[in-house]
Amino acid sequence: MGEQENIADIQEAFEDIPGTLLFDAKRSRMGYHLNMFCMSLMKAENRQAFKADEGKYLDRFPMTQDQRKAILDRDWNAMLRLGGNIYYTSKLAASDGLTFQNIAAIMTGSTQEDYAKMMASGGRPVGGNRSKSEWTDRG
Amino acid sequence: MARIIAGVTTSHVPAIGAAIDLHKTNEPYWKPLFKGYEPSKKWLAETKPDVVILVYNDHASAFSLEIIPTFALGCAEEFPIADEGWGPRPVPIVKGDPDLAWHIAQSTILDEFDMTIVNKMEVDHGLTVPLSLLCGEPKEWPFKVIPLCVNVIQYPPPTAHRCYMLGRAIRKAVESFDQDRRVVIFGTGGMSHQLQSARAGLINKEFDARFLDQFAADPEALTRITHLELVREAGSEGIELVMWLVMRGALDADAKEVYRFYHVPASNTAVGHMILENRR
Repeated sequence: MGEQENIADIQEAFEDIPGTLLFDAKRSRMGYHLNMFCMSLMKAENRQAFKADEGKYLDRFPMTQDQRKAILDRDWNAMLRLGGNIYYTSKLAASDGLTFQNIAAIMTGSTQEDYAKMMASGGRPVGGNRSKSEWTDRG
Repeated sequence: MARIIAGVTTSHVPAIGAAIDLHKTNEPYWKPLFKGYEPSKKWLAETKPDVVILVYNDHASAFSLEIIPTFALGCAEEFPIADEGWGPRPVPIVKGDPDLAWHIAQSTILDEFDMTIVNKMEVDHGLTVPLSLLCGEPKEWPFKVIPLCVNVIQYPPPTAHRCYMLGRAIRKAVESFDQDRRVVIFGTGGMSHQLQSARAGLINKEFDARFLDQFAADPEALTRITHLELVREAGSEGIELVMWLVMRGALDADAKEVYRFYHVPASNTAVGHMILENRR
Protein backbone atom coordinates (compact mmCIF):
# COMPACT_ATOMS: atom_id res chain seq x y z
CA MET A 1 0.00 0.00 0.00
CA GLY A 2 2.97 2.25 -0.40
CA GLU A 3 3.35 2.64 3.35
CA GLN A 4 6.46 0.60 3.67
CA GLU A 5 7.82 0.79 7.17
CA ASN A 6 11.48 0.76 8.04
CA ILE A 7 12.51 -2.84 8.78
CA ALA A 8 14.80 -1.93 11.68
CA ASP A 9 12.13 0.18 13.42
CA ILE A 10 9.58 -2.56 13.01
CA GLN A 11 11.91 -5.19 14.39
CA GLU A 12 12.49 -3.09 17.49
CA ALA A 13 8.73 -2.81 18.03
CA PHE A 14 8.39 -6.59 17.66
CA GLU A 15 11.14 -7.14 20.21
CA ASP A 16 8.98 -5.29 22.76
CA ILE A 17 6.31 -8.03 22.65
CA PRO A 18 7.07 -10.19 25.68
CA GLY A 19 7.62 -13.95 25.51
CA THR A 20 7.57 -13.91 21.70
CA LEU A 21 10.35 -14.49 19.17
CA LEU A 22 9.79 -13.22 15.66
CA PHE A 23 11.17 -15.68 13.10
CA ASP A 24 12.98 -13.03 11.11
CA ALA A 25 15.99 -13.14 8.78
CA LYS A 26 18.48 -13.14 11.65
CA ARG A 27 16.88 -16.08 13.45
CA SER A 28 16.23 -17.96 10.22
CA ARG A 29 19.90 -17.77 9.25
CA MET A 30 21.06 -18.71 12.76
CA GLY A 31 18.69 -21.66 12.95
CA TYR A 32 18.93 -23.01 9.41
CA HIS A 33 20.64 -26.32 10.25
CA LEU A 34 18.70 -26.80 13.49
CA ASN A 35 15.43 -26.43 11.60
CA MET A 36 16.58 -28.65 8.75
CA PHE A 37 17.46 -31.32 11.32
CA CYS A 38 13.89 -31.10 12.65
CA MET A 39 12.55 -31.28 9.10
CA SER A 40 14.51 -34.49 8.49
CA LEU A 41 12.43 -36.19 11.20
CA MET A 42 9.44 -36.25 8.85
CA LYS A 43 10.94 -39.43 7.38
CA ALA A 44 10.41 -42.60 9.43
CA GLU A 45 13.90 -43.95 8.71
CA ASN A 46 15.48 -40.72 9.98
CA ARG A 47 13.39 -40.83 13.14
CA GLN A 48 14.71 -44.35 13.75
CA ALA A 49 18.32 -43.35 13.12
CA PHE A 50 17.94 -40.35 15.44
CA LYS A 51 16.43 -42.46 18.21
CA ALA A 52 19.12 -45.11 17.86
CA ASP A 53 21.94 -42.61 18.49
CA GLU A 54 20.92 -38.96 18.86
CA GLY A 55 24.44 -37.52 19.06
CA LYS A 56 25.64 -39.41 16.02
CA TYR A 57 22.59 -38.42 13.99
CA LEU A 58 23.09 -34.74 14.89
CA ASP A 59 26.62 -34.94 13.43
CA ARG A 60 24.93 -34.85 10.02
CA PHE A 61 23.95 -31.22 10.62
CA PRO A 62 26.59 -28.51 11.13
CA MET A 63 25.09 -26.94 14.26
CA THR A 64 26.69 -25.04 17.12
CA GLN A 65 27.39 -26.81 20.42
CA ASP A 66 24.63 -24.76 22.04
CA GLN A 67 22.14 -25.86 19.43
CA ARG A 68 23.14 -29.53 19.85
CA LYS A 69 22.81 -29.23 23.60
CA ALA A 70 19.38 -27.58 23.36
CA ILE A 71 18.17 -30.47 21.18
CA LEU A 72 19.67 -33.23 23.33
CA ASP A 73 18.27 -31.54 26.49
CA ARG A 74 14.89 -30.95 24.78
CA ASP A 75 15.16 -27.34 25.92
CA TRP A 76 12.33 -26.02 23.71
CA ASN A 77 12.82 -22.35 24.61
CA ALA A 78 16.58 -22.54 23.99
CA MET A 79 15.95 -24.09 20.56
CA LEU A 80 13.80 -21.07 19.64
CA ARG A 81 16.32 -18.59 21.04
CA LEU A 82 18.99 -20.27 18.90
CA GLY A 83 17.01 -19.83 15.69
CA GLY A 84 14.53 -22.69 15.84
CA ASN A 85 11.04 -22.16 14.56
CA ILE A 86 8.07 -23.67 16.36
CA TYR A 87 6.74 -25.46 13.26
CA TYR A 88 10.10 -27.18 12.91
CA THR A 89 10.76 -27.92 16.59
CA SER A 90 7.24 -29.33 16.81
CA LYS A 91 8.41 -32.12 14.47
CA LEU A 92 11.00 -33.13 17.07
CA ALA A 93 8.21 -32.95 19.66
CA ALA A 94 5.97 -35.14 17.49
CA SER A 95 8.71 -37.74 17.10
CA ASP A 96 8.98 -37.73 20.93
CA GLY A 97 5.20 -38.27 21.14
CA LEU A 98 4.48 -34.74 22.38
CA THR A 99 1.75 -32.44 21.08
CA PHE A 100 1.84 -28.69 20.47
CA GLN A 101 0.01 -28.25 23.75
CA ASN A 102 2.56 -30.38 25.61
CA ILE A 103 5.51 -28.25 24.50
CA ALA A 104 3.54 -25.02 24.91
CA ALA A 105 3.04 -25.90 28.57
CA ILE A 106 6.76 -26.63 28.95
CA MET A 107 7.79 -23.38 27.22
CA THR A 108 5.58 -21.31 29.48
CA GLY A 109 6.96 -22.97 32.60
CA SER A 110 3.55 -24.37 33.46
CA THR A 111 2.43 -27.87 34.33
CA GLN A 112 0.41 -29.73 31.69
CA GLU A 113 -2.62 -29.61 33.95
CA ASP A 114 -2.42 -25.88 34.68
CA TYR A 115 -1.81 -25.03 31.04
CA ALA A 116 -4.78 -27.12 29.87
CA LYS A 117 -6.89 -25.47 32.55
CA MET A 118 -5.81 -22.00 31.39
CA MET A 119 -6.75 -22.83 27.78
CA ALA A 120 -10.10 -24.34 28.80
CA SER A 121 -10.94 -21.15 30.68
CA GLY A 122 -10.30 -18.91 27.68
CA GLY A 123 -6.51 -18.83 27.29
CA ARG A 124 -3.86 -16.31 28.29
CA PRO A 125 -5.39 -12.82 28.25
CA VAL A 126 -3.76 -10.14 26.12
CA GLY A 127 -4.01 -7.54 28.92
CA GLY A 128 -0.65 -7.35 30.67
CA ASN A 129 0.98 -9.31 27.83
CA ARG A 130 1.45 -6.68 25.13
CA SER A 131 4.74 -5.08 26.15
CA LYS A 132 7.89 -6.11 27.97
CA SER A 133 7.26 -3.12 30.23
CA GLU A 134 4.32 -5.11 31.63
CA TRP A 135 6.55 -8.10 32.37
CA THR A 136 9.10 -6.40 34.62
CA ASP A 137 8.66 -9.07 37.29
CA ARG A 138 9.44 -11.78 34.74
CA GLY A 139 12.63 -10.32 33.31
CA MET B 1 -18.31 -19.23 -17.36
CA ALA B 2 -16.65 -19.79 -14.02
CA ARG B 3 -17.59 -17.81 -10.95
CA ILE B 4 -16.76 -17.54 -7.28
CA ILE B 5 -20.02 -18.12 -5.47
CA ALA B 6 -18.92 -18.01 -1.87
CA GLY B 7 -16.08 -17.88 0.61
CA VAL B 8 -15.39 -19.82 3.77
CA THR B 9 -12.94 -19.00 6.52
CA THR B 10 -11.90 -21.50 9.14
CA SER B 11 -9.07 -22.32 11.50
CA HIS B 12 -6.97 -25.37 10.62
CA VAL B 13 -5.75 -26.62 14.02
CA PRO B 14 -3.94 -30.00 13.67
CA ALA B 15 -5.54 -31.34 16.88
CA ILE B 16 -8.94 -31.04 15.15
CA GLY B 17 -7.70 -33.42 12.46
CA ALA B 18 -6.43 -35.80 15.12
CA ALA B 19 -9.80 -35.67 16.93
CA ILE B 20 -11.58 -36.65 13.68
CA ASP B 21 -9.08 -39.37 12.77
CA LEU B 22 -9.18 -40.89 16.26
CA HIS B 23 -13.01 -40.68 16.43
CA LYS B 24 -13.10 -38.29 19.37
CA THR B 25 -15.60 -35.83 17.91
CA ASN B 26 -18.28 -36.78 20.42
CA GLU B 27 -16.08 -36.32 23.46
CA PRO B 28 -17.14 -33.41 25.71
CA TYR B 29 -14.00 -31.40 24.83
CA TRP B 30 -14.61 -31.59 21.09
CA LYS B 31 -18.38 -31.86 20.74
CA PRO B 32 -19.22 -28.11 20.86
CA LEU B 33 -16.62 -27.44 18.16
CA PHE B 34 -17.91 -30.04 15.71
CA LYS B 35 -21.51 -29.07 16.43
CA GLY B 36 -20.61 -25.56 15.26
CA TYR B 37 -19.64 -26.92 11.85
CA GLU B 38 -22.80 -28.99 11.28
CA PRO B 39 -24.70 -26.15 9.53
CA SER B 40 -21.61 -25.51 7.38
CA LYS B 41 -21.41 -29.13 6.25
CA LYS B 42 -25.04 -28.92 5.22
CA TRP B 43 -24.43 -25.60 3.45
CA LEU B 44 -21.47 -27.00 1.52
CA ALA B 45 -23.34 -30.16 0.53
CA GLU B 46 -26.15 -27.97 -0.86
CA THR B 47 -23.82 -25.47 -2.49
CA LYS B 48 -21.98 -28.23 -4.41
CA PRO B 49 -18.90 -26.39 -5.64
CA ASP B 50 -16.93 -27.95 -8.50
CA VAL B 51 -13.69 -26.51 -7.18
CA VAL B 52 -12.39 -25.10 -3.92
CA ILE B 53 -9.45 -22.70 -3.99
CA LEU B 54 -7.94 -23.36 -0.57
CA VAL B 55 -5.68 -20.66 0.88
CA TYR B 56 -3.51 -22.04 3.67
CA ASN B 57 0.02 -22.16 4.90
CA ASP B 58 2.34 -25.10 4.64
CA HIS B 59 3.79 -25.96 8.07
CA ALA B 60 7.28 -27.04 7.05
CA SER B 61 5.85 -30.05 5.18
CA ALA B 62 6.08 -29.43 1.42
CA PHE B 63 8.41 -26.47 1.80
CA SER B 64 11.32 -26.08 4.19
CA LEU B 65 13.80 -23.25 4.69
CA GLU B 66 15.42 -24.28 1.40
CA ILE B 67 12.79 -22.44 -0.64
CA ILE B 68 10.25 -20.02 0.84
CA PRO B 69 7.69 -18.89 -1.73
CA THR B 70 5.41 -16.05 -0.62
CA PHE B 71 2.51 -17.28 -2.79
CA ALA B 72 2.58 -20.76 -4.34
CA LEU B 73 -0.27 -22.16 -6.44
CA GLY B 74 -0.78 -25.93 -6.74
CA CYS B 75 -1.24 -26.74 -10.44
CA ALA B 76 -0.82 -30.53 -10.23
CA GLU B 77 -3.37 -33.28 -11.03
CA GLU B 78 -3.25 -34.43 -7.43
CA PHE B 79 -1.67 -33.69 -4.08
CA PRO B 80 -0.66 -36.53 -1.71
CA ILE B 81 -1.13 -36.20 2.05
CA ALA B 82 2.05 -35.24 3.95
CA ASP B 83 3.60 -37.23 6.81
CA GLU B 84 4.02 -34.52 9.46
CA GLY B 85 5.94 -36.70 11.87
CA TRP B 86 3.18 -39.06 12.97
CA GLY B 87 2.23 -40.61 9.60
CA PRO B 88 -0.06 -39.10 6.93
CA ARG B 89 -3.66 -38.37 7.97
CA PRO B 90 -5.99 -41.16 6.76
CA VAL B 91 -7.89 -38.90 4.36
CA PRO B 92 -8.44 -39.16 0.58
CA ILE B 93 -5.80 -37.87 -1.81
CA VAL B 94 -6.56 -34.31 -2.94
CA LYS B 95 -7.44 -33.97 -6.64
CA GLY B 96 -6.45 -30.76 -8.36
CA ASP B 97 -7.92 -28.79 -11.26
CA PRO B 98 -4.86 -28.08 -13.44
CA ASP B 99 -6.87 -26.33 -16.18
CA LEU B 100 -8.24 -23.70 -13.86
CA ALA B 101 -5.11 -23.58 -11.69
CA TRP B 102 -2.83 -22.84 -14.64
CA HIS B 103 -5.29 -20.24 -15.86
CA ILE B 104 -5.23 -18.53 -12.45
CA ALA B 105 -1.43 -18.69 -12.36
CA GLN B 106 -1.10 -17.06 -15.76
CA SER B 107 -3.77 -14.46 -15.11
CA THR B 108 -2.44 -13.40 -11.70
CA ILE B 109 1.16 -13.20 -12.96
CA LEU B 110 0.07 -10.93 -15.80
CA ASP B 111 -1.82 -8.99 -13.13
CA GLU B 112 1.60 -8.43 -11.45
CA PHE B 113 1.40 -11.09 -8.71
CA ASP B 114 4.61 -13.09 -8.97
CA MET B 115 3.04 -16.48 -8.33
CA THR B 116 5.16 -19.58 -7.77
CA ILE B 117 3.81 -22.52 -9.80
CA VAL B 118 3.92 -25.86 -8.01
CA ASN B 119 3.64 -29.13 -9.93
CA LYS B 120 4.54 -31.47 -7.11
CA MET B 121 3.45 -30.90 -3.54
CA GLU B 122 2.27 -32.81 -0.51
CA VAL B 123 -0.44 -31.10 1.53
CA ASP B 124 -0.53 -30.98 5.33
CA HIS B 125 -3.10 -30.30 8.05
CA GLY B 126 -3.38 -26.68 6.93
CA LEU B 127 -5.27 -27.92 3.88
CA THR B 128 -6.82 -31.19 5.05
CA VAL B 129 -8.31 -30.05 8.38
CA PRO B 130 -10.59 -27.44 6.71
CA LEU B 131 -11.72 -30.12 4.21
CA SER B 132 -12.49 -32.54 7.06
CA LEU B 133 -14.37 -29.87 9.01
CA LEU B 134 -16.60 -29.02 6.06
CA CYS B 135 -16.94 -32.48 4.46
CA GLY B 136 -16.60 -34.99 7.29
CA GLU B 137 -15.00 -38.29 6.33
CA PRO B 138 -15.94 -39.04 2.69
CA LYS B 139 -14.20 -41.73 0.60
CA GLU B 140 -13.33 -39.04 -1.92
CA TRP B 141 -13.41 -35.26 -1.54
CA PRO B 142 -16.60 -34.03 -3.28
CA PHE B 143 -14.80 -31.35 -5.33
CA LYS B 144 -11.43 -30.54 -6.83
CA VAL B 145 -9.03 -28.42 -4.84
CA ILE B 146 -6.55 -25.76 -5.93
CA PRO B 147 -4.10 -25.24 -3.05
CA LEU B 148 -2.71 -21.73 -2.59
CA CYS B 149 0.13 -21.66 -0.06
CA VAL B 150 0.99 -18.40 1.64
CA ASN B 151 4.19 -17.95 3.64
CA VAL B 152 3.28 -16.90 7.17
CA ILE B 153 6.21 -18.58 8.96
CA GLN B 154 9.26 -16.66 7.79
CA TYR B 155 8.94 -12.97 8.60
CA PRO B 156 7.78 -10.97 6.72
CA PRO B 157 4.67 -12.62 5.30
CA PRO B 158 2.75 -10.70 2.64
CA THR B 159 0.79 -7.73 3.97
CA ALA B 160 -2.94 -7.89 4.61
CA HIS B 161 -3.45 -5.46 1.75
CA ARG B 162 -1.40 -7.56 -0.67
CA CYS B 163 -3.43 -10.65 0.27
CA TYR B 164 -6.68 -8.78 -0.30
CA MET B 165 -5.51 -7.55 -3.71
CA LEU B 166 -4.48 -11.10 -4.63
CA GLY B 167 -8.00 -12.23 -3.83
CA ARG B 168 -9.33 -9.65 -6.26
CA ALA B 169 -6.90 -10.84 -8.94
CA ILE B 170 -8.00 -14.44 -8.34
CA ARG B 171 -11.63 -13.46 -8.82
CA LYS B 172 -10.77 -11.70 -12.07
CA ALA B 173 -8.88 -14.82 -13.19
CA VAL B 174 -11.76 -17.16 -12.35
CA GLU B 175 -14.29 -14.96 -14.10
CA SER B 176 -12.19 -14.94 -17.28
CA PHE B 177 -11.94 -18.75 -17.44
CA ASP B 178 -13.71 -20.15 -20.50
CA GLN B 179 -15.24 -23.23 -18.88
CA ASP B 180 -18.06 -23.60 -16.36
CA ARG B 181 -17.02 -23.88 -12.74
CA ARG B 182 -18.74 -23.14 -9.45
CA VAL B 183 -15.90 -22.05 -7.20
CA VAL B 184 -15.77 -21.59 -3.43
CA ILE B 185 -12.67 -20.02 -1.90
CA PHE B 186 -11.43 -20.95 1.59
CA GLY B 187 -9.24 -18.65 3.69
CA THR B 188 -7.80 -20.66 6.57
CA GLY B 189 -5.74 -20.28 9.74
CA GLY B 190 -6.19 -18.11 12.83
CA MET B 191 -7.81 -16.83 14.87
CA SER B 192 -5.85 -15.59 17.88
CA HIS B 193 -3.22 -18.08 18.99
CA GLN B 194 0.40 -18.32 19.97
CA LEU B 195 2.24 -21.63 20.03
CA GLN B 196 5.73 -20.48 20.98
CA SER B 197 7.76 -19.24 23.93
CA ALA B 198 6.59 -17.86 27.27
CA ARG B 199 3.48 -16.10 25.86
CA ALA B 200 2.08 -19.33 24.35
CA GLY B 201 -1.62 -19.79 24.93
CA LEU B 202 -2.56 -16.20 24.14
CA ILE B 203 -6.20 -15.75 23.13
CA ASN B 204 -7.83 -12.38 22.39
CA LYS B 205 -11.60 -12.76 22.11
CA GLU B 206 -12.24 -9.02 21.76
CA PHE B 207 -9.80 -8.76 18.88
CA ASP B 208 -11.28 -11.81 17.19
CA ALA B 209 -14.85 -10.53 17.55
CA ARG B 210 -13.89 -7.19 16.04
CA PHE B 211 -11.98 -8.91 13.25
CA LEU B 212 -15.01 -11.06 12.38
CA ASP B 213 -17.31 -8.01 12.34
CA GLN B 214 -14.98 -6.03 10.11
CA PHE B 215 -14.24 -9.03 7.94
CA ALA B 216 -17.91 -9.27 7.05
CA ALA B 217 -18.85 -5.60 6.90
CA ASP B 218 -15.74 -3.50 6.30
CA PRO B 219 -12.90 -5.60 4.86
CA GLU B 220 -11.11 -2.54 3.47
CA ALA B 221 -10.42 -1.48 7.06
CA LEU B 222 -8.70 -4.80 7.74
CA THR B 223 -6.36 -4.34 4.79
CA ARG B 224 -4.64 -1.63 6.86
CA ILE B 225 -3.83 -3.91 9.78
CA THR B 226 -0.07 -4.32 10.33
CA HIS B 227 1.91 -7.46 11.08
CA LEU B 228 2.90 -5.86 14.38
CA GLU B 229 -0.69 -5.40 15.47
CA LEU B 230 -1.58 -8.95 14.43
CA VAL B 231 1.32 -10.49 16.39
CA ARG B 232 0.85 -8.31 19.48
CA GLU B 233 -2.94 -8.62 19.65
CA ALA B 234 -3.62 -12.05 18.09
CA GLY B 235 -0.38 -13.88 18.90
CA SER B 236 2.61 -14.89 16.82
CA GLU B 237 0.59 -17.49 14.93
CA GLY B 238 -2.47 -15.23 14.74
CA ILE B 239 -0.62 -13.62 11.86
CA GLU B 240 -2.20 -16.40 9.76
CA LEU B 241 -5.25 -14.14 9.59
CA VAL B 242 -3.71 -12.36 6.59
CA MET B 243 -4.72 -15.46 4.62
CA TRP B 244 -8.38 -14.75 5.32
CA LEU B 245 -7.96 -11.50 3.38
CA VAL B 246 -7.19 -13.43 0.17
CA MET B 247 -10.61 -15.06 0.47
CA ARG B 248 -12.25 -11.74 1.31
CA GLY B 249 -10.74 -9.98 -1.69
CA ALA B 250 -12.30 -12.58 -3.99
CA LEU B 251 -15.81 -11.67 -2.81
CA ASP B 252 -18.09 -8.66 -3.16
CA ALA B 253 -17.44 -5.86 -0.67
CA ASP B 254 -21.07 -6.33 0.41
CA ALA B 255 -21.05 -10.13 0.38
CA LYS B 256 -23.78 -11.68 2.49
CA GLU B 257 -22.80 -13.27 5.79
CA VAL B 258 -24.67 -16.58 6.00
CA TYR B 259 -22.93 -18.18 8.98
CA ARG B 260 -20.53 -17.41 11.79
CA PHE B 261 -19.05 -19.59 14.54
CA TYR B 262 -16.42 -18.92 17.20
CA HIS B 263 -15.07 -21.32 19.80
CA VAL B 264 -12.29 -21.32 22.40
CA PRO B 265 -10.24 -23.46 22.69
CA ALA B 266 -9.15 -26.07 20.22
CA SER B 267 -5.84 -27.06 21.72
CA ASN B 268 -4.01 -23.67 21.83
CA THR B 269 -6.24 -21.84 19.39
CA ALA B 270 -9.35 -19.69 19.08
CA VAL B 271 -11.38 -21.21 16.26
CA GLY B 272 -13.14 -18.76 13.96
CA HIS B 273 -15.37 -19.69 11.04
CA MET B 274 -17.49 -17.65 8.64
CA ILE B 275 -19.36 -18.22 5.39
CA LEU B 276 -19.99 -15.36 2.98
CA GLU B 277 -21.90 -15.54 -0.29
CA ASN B 278 -21.41 -13.33 -3.31
CA ARG B 279 -24.51 -11.42 -4.35
CA ARG B 280 -23.80 -11.43 -8.05
